[in-house]
Amino acid sequence: MRASRLRSAGFLAASIGAAAAAIALLVLAPWWLLLALVASLGLWMLSTRIGRQAWSVTEVGLATIPQRIAASSVVVVGIAGVVAVLVALLAMAAGFELALRQGGTDDTAIVMRAGSQTEINSVLDHDSATLVAQAPQVLRDAAGVPIASPELVLVASLPKKSSGQDANVEIRGVGERAWSLRPNVTIINGRRFGPGLREMIVGNGAREQFAGLDLGSALKLNGQTWTVVGEFDSQDAHNSELWADNDVVAATYRRGSSTAAVTVRLTGADAFDAFKAALASDPRLKVDAKTTRAYYTDQSAGLSKLIRILGITIATIMAIGAVFGALNTMYAAVATRSREIATLRAIGFRALPVIVSVMLETMLLALLGGLLGAAATWVLFNHYTVSTLGANFTQVVFAFQVSGSVLWTGIKWALAIGLIGGLFPALRAARLQVTAGLREL
Amino acid sequence: MKYLQLVWSAMFRRKTRTIFTLLSVLAAFLLFGLLDSVRSAFAGAANSVAGVDRLVTVSKISFTLSLPKSLLPRIQALPGVATVTYANWFGGVYQDPKNFFANEAVADNFFDLYPEWQLSAAERTAFHSTRTGAVVGESLAKKFNWKIGDKIPLQATIFPQKGGANDWTFDLVGMFRVADPKQKSRESVLFFNWDYFDEARAFGNGNVGWYLIRVTDRNLAQQVASAVDALSTNSDHETKTQTEQAFNAAFVSQYGDIGLIVGAIMGAVFFTLILLTGNTMAQAVRERIPELAVLKTIGFSNQSVLGLLLTESVLLILLGGAIGLVLAGVVVDAVRAAVGEAVPMSRVGASIWLRGLGLMVLIGLIVGALPARRGMRLRIVDALAGR
Repeated sequence: MRASRLRSAGFLAASIGAAAAAIALLVLAPWWLLLALVASLGLWMLSTRIGRQAWSVTEVGLATIPQRIAASSVVVVGIAGVVAVLVALLAMAAGFELALRQGGTDDTAIVMRAGSQTEINSVLDHDSATLVAQAPQVLRDAAGVPIASPELVLVASLPKKSSGQDANVEIRGVGERAWSLRPNVTIINGRRFGPGLREMIVGNGAREQFAGLDLGSALKLNGQTWTVVGEFDSQDAHNSELWADNDVVAATYRRGSSTAAVTVRLTGADAFDAFKAALASDPRLKVDAKTTRAYYTDQSAGLSKLIRILGITIATIMAIGAVFGALNTMYAAVATRSREIATLRAIGFRALPVIVSVMLETMLLALLGGLLGAAATWVLFNHYTVSTLGANFTQVVFAFQVSGSVLWTGIKWALAIGLIGGLFPALRAARLQVTAGLREL
Repeated sequence: MKYLQLVWSAMFRRKTRTIFTLLSVLAAFLLFGLLDSVRSAFAGAANSVAGVDRLVTVSKISFTLSLPKSLLPRIQALPGVATVTYANWFGGVYQDPKNFFANEAVADNFFDLYPEWQLSAAERTAFHSTRTGAVVGESLAKKFNWKIGDKIPLQATIFPQKGGANDWTFDLVGMFRVADPKQKSRESVLFFNWDYFDEARAFGNGNVGWYLIRVTDRNLAQQVASAVDALSTNSDHETKTQTEQAFNAAFVSQYGDIGLIVGAIMGAVFFTLILLTGNTMAQAVRERIPELAVLKTIGFSNQSVLGLLLTESVLLILLGGAIGLVLAGVVVDAVRAAVGEAVPMSRVGASIWLRGLGLMVLIGLIVGALPARRGMRLRIVDALAGR
């Protein structure tokens, strides 16, 4: 008695170890390795005798699913729920990261006052801003003028379309060279603001989230009226902003001749180190330079990491629930088929085909659940636009990115849940006493 | 109650299945406990009772813009205003940006308006008499291992000193505590003297970040708010005055609709759970049909069979759910102990338990309904004959 209990404990430990190894393989392996595994499984089923046995047992199992449709759908829906939540949260993190990261490149740099982490905290006086633009590593246009934009970032409260509540929107005063600095900014409606005028262009993300930003509408800021004359699309974080002439914004907000930061186009990505060194060695300047890619990546790192950790934690807890659901279903399936399995064993089928068939059945149900969950998220959430509070205390608009890699992660999780949910029932089926099984009603 | 034994043994008729189901229920309610704790923390920040008699006056354009100090005597003179104080966001960084905590320059009478930040009289005097003095919450001091008398260096991100240096050093002269355990996160803040700040900073001198007003009667709040805003109408520094509660709620809502996200996730979780336990209950009843017929034969009425089966499913969910919520409480406490009180998770207290128990009973009834009805309706003759 003692020995048999010890043996079954050892067996349990061994199968848990096997399951852990299989899951590690599943999670870490690249797609081509998994594809190769699936292909070799198919080959084995076609070419060897035992493989063909496994396939025919699986076929019988799959054919009886309609009789156990309620129980089987528990596996499918349970796993679909896990995958849907996981994919949605990962897509949210990916979307936020993408929105900010696309704003940055390696050949443009942002210069702020030393110690400032965000533009809203930074102040540069006029002389410093001019000095920065004069650095030799800054690219000059055909007229010999450095491509640099002194910019001022300010915040205004506007009502959101969704809730009607006021939220912060970012107003960016940009210099004359902003257009050649950011060639990705295209006017999709109306025209650019006129220099020296109280005119504004709005990012299409901001226009979607906030009320009263349509073309031609008037906007009251600090007692002065501005007109919206255009809408732009930059395909990055600037889409959440309103742009206007830097000098006019500074006058409206009583900022005098100071700016918040200067963004410059460098002569090349390799010029950044020299640029940074040149600024650091100038005793007249107290500034920090960052490539815009580094600046925007820093801004997105915290929140997207938080969302990812949350997503994985929530999905793990849900997955534990789903595993037990799958175990219940598959144990019941094995129990109802125990006479059939015992008969197969009695007429000479080996244990392996039985194990493979139960596992394969669970994995297929899991795959179906994973696809269902992933598809539901894709339909509901792909490019679903939301906004949150960004580093400048303003709303950053971003869209969920249900990308291929996010979907693939969801499918891998589904298969991992199916693997555990199927393994233990499969082992029980394989260890079934033939005589006891045949007596079963 | 006398049938509890019967229900209990029926529940554990198939041990493995019941335990697996319990573990699924446990996972679902563990998640419910954790998510509801986060949701309550955000909702609590928005709806805390503290601050209903306090108004916040910020620039109408954005709270990041400052206001002239000249408004102070004019606000003070308005009827219905008991006390006015002011503060300024500093945004200093201690050693590394990851060590984020709020730090603000505050006026002399700041603590008069905030009795919930308890600071001893001696420490308060020390704070006023030390030009470079600072006070911090006990949780924050514990986190960084600060003691009274320590020098705390902060790197300015917004305000350099005259001469351009970013290093500000403060002398820790006191620690305050918040009695209400739900509000412990408010101990994660450092305050220092506004006078020193205004003298030493390179720009913005004579401006304050925001005003805080205590009204004599909370029913007057709306009137006072309008009167304050009227002071600066059509000037170049128009203000927006609202209760502290409304201000916090608006700020929190800018992060996004936390309630909606949590609700969507919990919807997915409970939908799956209902399906899963509903299937288990259906299996359990199907297997026991002859036994139920025997019960009816020996005189159990249809209603008592229905009652027994419903009790069983409610009990199953209650058992798993309660363990899940206890576990959620342990996890939340562990996270709060490890990360600090500032983490947006409120303790799993009475209100979360109440909501959880309500959900458990509801889900128990839903999943038990169909199988229990089947048990109630079965005809003894058919059931015993195995038809």
